[in-house]
Amino acid sequence: MSVQELEKIFLSKIDQEIKIEPKDWMPDAYRKTLIRQISQHAHSEIVGMLPEGNWISRAPSLKRKAILLAKVQDEAGHGLYLYSAAETLGTTREQTILDLHSGKAKYSSIFNYPTLTWGDIGAIGWLVDGAAILNQVMLCRTSYGPYARAMVRICKEESFHQRQGFDILMALSKGTAEQRTMCQDAINRWWWPSLMMFGPHDSESTHSEQSTQWKIKRMSNDVLRQKFVDMIAEQVKVLNMSLPDPQLKWNEQTNHYDFGEIDWTEFWNVVKGNGPCNKQRLDARRKAWDEGAWVRDAARAHAAKRKQRQEKQIA
Amino acid sequence: MTKDTIYNYTLHLADNALILAQRNSEWCGHGPVLEQDIAITNISLDLLGQARSLYQYAATLMNELNATPLPKGAPIANGEGQAGLATEDSLAYLRDVRAYKNCLLVEQPNGDWAQTILRQFFFSTYQFFLYQQLQRSTDATLAAIAEKSLKEVTYHLRWSSEWVIRLGDGTEESANRLLNALDELWMYTGELFIPASYETAAVEAGAGVDVTALKTHWQQRVNEVFAEAMLTDATAGRESTWMQHGGKEGVHSEHLGYILAEMQYMQRVYPGCEW
Amino acid sequence: MAIRLTKYYYGDIPEDKGGGQVNDRVMKSSSKEAGSPATGGSGDGADWPLWEVFIRSKQGIDHKHVGSLHAADAQMAIENARDVYTRRMEGVSIWVVESKYVHASNPDEAASFYEPANDKVYRHPTFYDLPDELTHM
Repeated sequence: MSVQELEKIFLSKIDQEIKIEPKDWMPDAYRKTLIRQISQHAHSEIVGMLPEGNWISRAPSLKRKAILLAKVQDEAGHGLYLYSAAETLGTTREQTILDLHSGKAKYSSIFNYPTLTWGDIGAIGWLVDGAAILNQVMLCRTSYGPYARAMVRICKEESFHQRQGFDILMALSKGTAEQRTMCQDAINRWWWPSLMMFGPHDSESTHSEQSTQWKIKRMSNDVLRQKFVDMIAEQVKVLNMSLPDPQLKWNEQTNHYDFGEIDWTEFWNVVKGNGPCNKQRLDARRKAWDEGAWVRDAARAHAAKRKQRQEKQIA
Repeated sequence: MTKDTIYNYTLHLADNALILAQRNSEWCGHGPVLEQDIAITNISLDLLGQARSLYQYAATLMNELNATPLPKGAPIANGEGQAGLATEDSLAYLRDVRAYKNCLLVEQPNGDWAQTILRQFFFSTYQFFLYQQLQRSTDATLAAIAEKSLKEVTYHLRWSSEWVIRLGDGTEESANRLLNALDELWMYTGELFIPASYETAAVEAGAGVDVTALKTHWQQRVNEVFAEAMLTDATAGRESTWMQHGGKEGVHSEHLGYILAEMQYMQRVYPGCEW
Repeated sequence: MAIRLTKYYYGDIPEDKGGGQVNDRVMKSSSKEAGSPATGGSGDGADWPLWEVFIRSKQGIDHKHVGSLHAADAQMAIENARDVYTRRMEGVSIWVVESKYVHASNPDEAASFYEPANDKVYRHPTFYDLPDELTHM
């Protein structure tokens, strides 16, 4: 079959909402886009463990400690599901990780912001996980089977993450004046970075929407962002807190909230490595990897020895 | 049998579990490979769960002991909360170093993966035999907690034994690292089998476990696993090692102060808040 | 001025948009890792082998494929599967099989493999139109 014919079959599957599976023919660019997106997504989960993991040792109660520990551990699991999905496309996990460590592969910029107070742990759960979930729910219907399945599993597990974040903020909002200040301060610092998570405006694109045509991505950045703003603008009222945007206002005509402009200079700078914690995050990942090398080697060496002994016994 | 005895005994069991949970949780996000990052965090979560059950029980005991609640602002160094009532959190977050009764082994730094694994293996082996006995405690709550926890500990023991074997019989480097860990940790194993005053009292009351009787079981299991790890001679000649002790009576290594400073910081800076 | 802008999605920032992190030293250390197996991972320089995980969610139900993971040996694979895939009481039994031993049918042959079954409607009980009086069949 010619490439043109194969491509036609591929596109007709996409049109009919038939998932693409690992052994199916797919255009190289589709494969490349997926590898890049899935591994960025995986890296985001893994690097995302760091800002929150930072607070496990200091969680203010044993219950919060247990919840946070379970939550950060879930993120490790999510990274693992996603690395596995990427591996079905012909990459190895090791190569993917080395690309992260060399700075070649990206991860979500949000994790380059520091967690300064306990309030930040609440804000991350509520805003950052909230933003991520909108994206992830959409990705449950993505066209590549292993990616979609990983997302279904992740969404199922993530459902408690946003709640625990809101729950943390709720406790703060009902607490002392100091706690309420902590709550508002965390919201103020995490609001804009959360909006940035959805990426640049749709209008900034003159490029053909390959990802949408291939149904990897199924909603535009601005549509998702608007959904998020509409959702959070209502939820923040329950906390008796406010969002740090004077232009935030309900618009009767559009039936949506209007909101202010994102600082895109900051966005691109953080992406490029100039965020407050870029270096710290990557250093932590590289250190874990480098210091784990002898452990991985030992386990492999032991497995080989054991196998050899077994074979000897049989022979 | 006095409630005071059971209270102190329960706190000791809880402190062991909490401090090791706290130490293991430092690995979360920094493990040598993703799958093992998840595994060590699971162990940390199990231990944290055990600690919570035990603290909750200790808090109940203490509140019964102090039938008249202490006035607000009364001494909190013993772990009473603001209103004079003890809770799992007041016990964990408001006691200072000298009131902590954990053994020295669990507060030792993580070191490398070998040291963490060996610490876990030594402690899980001890906890395994301890909880087996504690299931038969005359104290129904302790017996129930032991029974539930034993399932978790059985897995920890399996997991850590396998890692000791893997490292001992892996590469030259991993075997050396394991031996270094043994040098670091061996001197803290003796304390596990020297009963503190409240342990002796708890044994007399029928509620506690005689730790002196666990030693042979522990030693045997350690020898078996070390043999499989090709380290048969590793513990030989170590009988004469001077064993550090004191942690169970509140005389700790300097490490515990830092662990508590970090762990308790929120409760200390914002006293009396709900989280 | 014609500026060609590309749309970047969350989780899909193109590689050439990076900058700050790629410096010479980092590149050197990473290429060293990739090139010299002794640091990055040794022997064959590869990950631990990949395993496929199958979980029985409760007694009486088939094992179902749930995902994959890396492990040095089968025992570790089972334990990793327990820690990774049954944290929420998802299972009572685990199978693992090294991924390289899974053989799969070829999607290109899907037509010849599966379509011939389409016209064998008589294999399904609903094909038969029986009198209503007949029970227990």
